Amino acid sequence: MATIKPQADTHLDEFVGSLGGVSRRSFLKFCAGVAATIGLPAGMAWRIAEAASSPHRLPVIWLSAQECTGCTESLLRSTHPTLEQLILDAISLDYHETLSAGAGHQAEAYKQHSLQENKGKYVLVVDGSIPLKDGGIYCKVANRPIVDHVREAAEGAAAIIAIGSCASWGGIPSSSPNPTGATRVSEVLKDRAVVNIPGCPPNPYNFLTTVLQFLAFNSLPELDSKNRPKFAYDRLIHENCERRPHFDAGRFAVTFGDEGHRQGWCLYKLGCKGPETYANCPSILFGDVGSGAWPVGCGHPCFGCSEEGIGFTKSIHQLAQLRNVTPPAAYPNISEPVGQGITPGSAALVAGITGVVLGAGAVATSRLGSSSDNASADSNDEHD
Amino acid sequence: MALNRRDFLKASAAGMGGALAADVHAVQREPKKLSPDAVGMLYDSTLCIGCKACMSACKQANGMPPEVAGQMEPIWDTPLETSGRTLNVIKLYQNGSADQKDRDIDGYAFMKRHCMHCVDPSCVSACPVSAMTKDPSSGIVEHHPDRCIGCRYCVYSCPFGIPKYEYDDPFGQIQKCEFCSHLQAEGKVPACCDVCPTGASLFGRVDDLQREARRRLQMQPGDEVEFPRGKLGGGQPGHLAPAPEYIQAVYGEKELGGTQILYLSAVPFDRLGLPVNVPDVGYPAISEGIQHMLYKWMLIPALLLAGLTYVVQRNIRAAGHDSDTTSDKTSDEEQS
Repeated sequence: MATIKPQADTHLDEFVGSLGGVSRRSFLKFCAGVAATIGLPAGMAWRIAEAASSPHRLPVIWLSAQECTGCTESLLRSTHPTLEQLILDAISLDYHETLSAGAGHQAEAYKQHSLQENKGKYVLVVDGSIPLKDGGIYCKVANRPIVDHVREAAEGAAAIIAIGSCASWGGIPSSSPNPTGATRVSEVLKDRAVVNIPGCPPNPYNFLTTVLQFLAFNSLPELDSKNRPKFAYDRLIHENCERRPHFDAGRFAVTFGDEGHRQGWCLYKLGCKGPETYANCPSILFGDVGSGAWPVGCGHPCFGCSEEGIGFTKSIHQLAQLRNVTPPAAYPNISEPVGQGITPGSAALVAGITGVVLGAGAVATSRLGSSSDNASADSNDEHD
Repeated sequence: MALNRRDFLKASAAGMGGALAADVHAVQREPKKLSPDAVGMLYDSTLCIGCKACMSACKQANGMPPEVAGQMEPIWDTPLETSGRTLNVIKLYQNGSADQKDRDIDGYAFMKRHCMHCVDPSCVSACPVSAMTKDPSSGIVEHHPDRCIGCRYCVYSCPFGIPKYEYDDPFGQIQKCEFCSHLQAEGKVPACCDVCPTGASLFGRVDDLQREARRRLQMQPGDEVEFPRGKLGGGQPGHLAPAPEYIQAVYGEKELGGTQILYLSAVPFDRLGLPVNVPDVGYPAISEGIQHMLYKWMLIPALLLAGLTYVVQRNIRAAGHDSDTTSDKTSDEEQS
């Protein structure tokens, strides 16, 4: 990766005007934070800052299917800097049902315009699950099933991001009995790579970091086997949980409000899904709303909102199944070897003692033989 | 002499060997029966999540000091085996890539080791001073340090390798799990079962636990089923989990005469370090059978003594005759 030389301060001033009132300092802090989240060196913040303030803003088409707007709300409530300003200025949000300035035919017309204009260049973001039952009639926008909108927009998209658990796995709408035949975005767009950013809602930084990496480097972050960005979803919540020491020491809250719960003990027995849920909540918390603010931090067990087959599938108080054994846990093997084997010193000692015993034995035996021979000879003599 | 020493030893060895080889069951004493009030534990390896809460609770309940062992960093309690400081230990079976829990190949499984509270315990049989006793009602195998002479026969006799001696202490004692009998006396549940978050260690009456184990073996793998926690039929709520694919056997129902600690697992029991291919009667039933047969009414020792006395007497008579001539010769020699 090429290192980026920090530009002169005068160059930085150019950022200010394009930030919609965000101070240069807080903007650069944000960019440095994004760089750190995707594991880039500090110098990369400049490149992200450049990209985020470029006059050629990245067009984004945001389609909402069966969703609750929670993903959008959480994004809007990011605080450093106020992200509704940044996101609207860093990218060109050409279509978003909640945030578009226009409405009705006007908004739809602008979407069509943007799809043609920016063909092959825009990022498609989908939140919400896609209903397929009965021809997809359970979610319609502009009198067309949402599945058609998604397929149409996907054709010219440079990258497709499924934000939220509904778009990633089906989420709440797909829970049993699933009356609308709701399914995930990747099920609808089988021939396209879809980046999943699950969560209900996901931390906005996991989304912003993915978008800004695409913006700055025209690449997507490394993905895991379920197409989730590894920087955010490669570790179990259990691994970095602030209550992990209590788990390791066997201190469990048993009911809400009991002594252990008030002491901040492990919530496993209350049904915490941390041991089977992959997300970076313990590190960057939930929804950017302040310190300690994530379910486990507040005393509620993680319910696995970001994990397929856990959140909205298992009941809240059902115990987590163990995915794997994670550090710092360590266990003795079934049969532990005892001792350290033969050392040169001990081998020499044993050999020495054996030699002495053998030698002494040989000498003693030979003397014994000769003396008894003498004795018997004597007695023979006597008999004679 | 009609019977020389060599032939005598050969004959007696053949007699002993014949008695042993003829039929072990002929000399075996009646196997001991499980007390109807016996209490025990069902350890279900598939439910265990390896949190070691049981190890921590055990040390607290029994006042055992922490132990740092092996290659691990001395940060916390890391025993490798049961020892003079550790009464129970969670161990890990690993194979290949160890990707999936409860799978034999390329999988892993947890195992909890502690006293099995055998129905016919070897340690109780081996102890020469009755320092190891088995409670006739609860069946708990207890150690009484005030009677113990420190011979450590119990350590060597246990087929599960459980009683351990405090070798690091000049006034060391034998230590082993006594199933928190002090807590049970207060009507409580043994600490490891009480704290277990998943019910992997489940306390209860042994025949209830055997029924529970049989119930689990009949579950359809994958079905959502309820697993009790703490004490079977106790106050703690159970929890729902998918039924695992068990090995269709309950370890401890008949192995070595049966144990009051039962095991269920999804990997073969020998992988978990339990002795398999063992007789269905406890070793004491065989060893005590032989020994008690040999010493019954002291008949064989008395006969042996009588035989030896006769031989010795005869030899003395013969030797007395010989020694007369020898002393004559010696006196002759002295004279000459």
